[in-house]
Amino acid sequence: MNKLQIITKGIIKENPVFVLLLGMCPVLGTSSSAINGLGMGVATMMVLIMSNAVVSIVAGAIPNQVRIPAYIVVIAGFTTVVQLMMQAYTPGLYATLGIFIPLIAVNCVLLARAEAYASKNSVLNSVFDGLGIGLGFTLALTALGAVRELLGSMSVFGYKFASGDGMLVFILAPGAFIALGYLIVIFNKLTKIKA
Amino acid sequence: MEYIIIIISAVFVNNILLAQFLGVCPFFGASNKVETAIGMAGAVTFVMTLATLITWLLFYYVLVPLQIEFMQTVGFILIIASLVQMVEIILKKISPSLYRALGIFLPLMATNCAIVGVAILVVTKEFSFGGAAHLLNLPESIAFAVANALGFGVALVIFAGLREQLALSDVPKAFRGIPIALVTAGILSLAFMGFSGLV
Repeated sequence: MNKLQIITKGIIKENPVFVLLLGMCPVLGTSSSAINGLGMGVATMMVLIMSNAVVSIVAGAIPNQVRIPAYIVVIAGFTTVVQLMMQAYTPGLYATLGIFIPLIAVNCVLLARAEAYASKNSVLNSVFDGLGIGLGFTLALTALGAVRELLGSMSVFGYKFASGDGMLVFILAPGAFIALGYLIVIFNKLTKIKA
Repeated sequence: MEYIIIIISAVFVNNILLAQFLGVCPFFGASNKVETAIGMAGAVTFVMTLATLITWLLFYYVLVPLQIEFMQTVGFILIIASLVQMVEIILKKISPSLYRALGIFLPLMATNCAIVGVAILVVTKEFSFGGAAHLLNLPESIAFAVANALGFGVALVIFAGLREQLALSDVPKAFRGIPIALVTAGILSLAFMGFSGLV
């Protein structure tokens, strides 16, 4: 499998949000606008790429029984790095995303990739896998954020398309569930037609 | 009075699942049957209370004196992971049927954002329950954890009841499984929004 296939696989065939349905908490919690979704997606992707790389390097040296706690420590360590960097360079976004930044450490996507892919593959492939899955996650979050922002306040990335207030419910909690449900239906329809 | 406000706020107004989106994975994973949901809710209540107690002590008696508060994510997760392992061993011994019912979800609780999230919230976020905003002390933290676990349980059991009905109805093909569950959760969340403004 070449590098490009590894990346596209993460975006479409194994999209973590629409197909694997992993890591739903940050998806629902941080997608109230497109820019928040994008920020959360990029932060997760950074952690995923670095943790995948380190896990694939150290996997051979870790005894089988303690591999899960070891992977969790690696992921939590990189989460702290990203958390401190965001606190320093993007304080506004850090305040908006709040509790979901430290919770990257317990995102099932990261542990699933460490266990299912990075521990069995070369460093370079693991980095590309992290990039692909991370991009898939980011795209899904941004798409959901854009849809919610569009329906909720008639704007995308803060750019207002039409006057009026939109349906506020899509910015609030219930809209997250409903919008994600419908997006998964649309994604299923589109990918099934293609296949 | 303050404790009553904490409980009402966490169960109805700021429900951990339906308003804050913490612990959504087990919400969809363990909600096919009411029986499983009750077991899951019990396990979460137990682990969340214990985890909050231990991480609160760890934060204020180890991390703060050593000035390594930035280690909270790593430290909390390690503590909670070992706690979950312990609960798993005990449950396997005393209730094998419940252990089989919960299956894969028990080990996953180590990476359950609801549990880690509550543990992080009580030491980082300032709450105002009636009075001035302040960081929670130990009894308040425990009350907050129990209240959030209750909120988790209430939402999970109601949702499991809805999904049992849903399994019998004729759902369009593309909506089967998770999508219709998400839409149902959205409507349930809408219902819970009716409680906002209660405290």
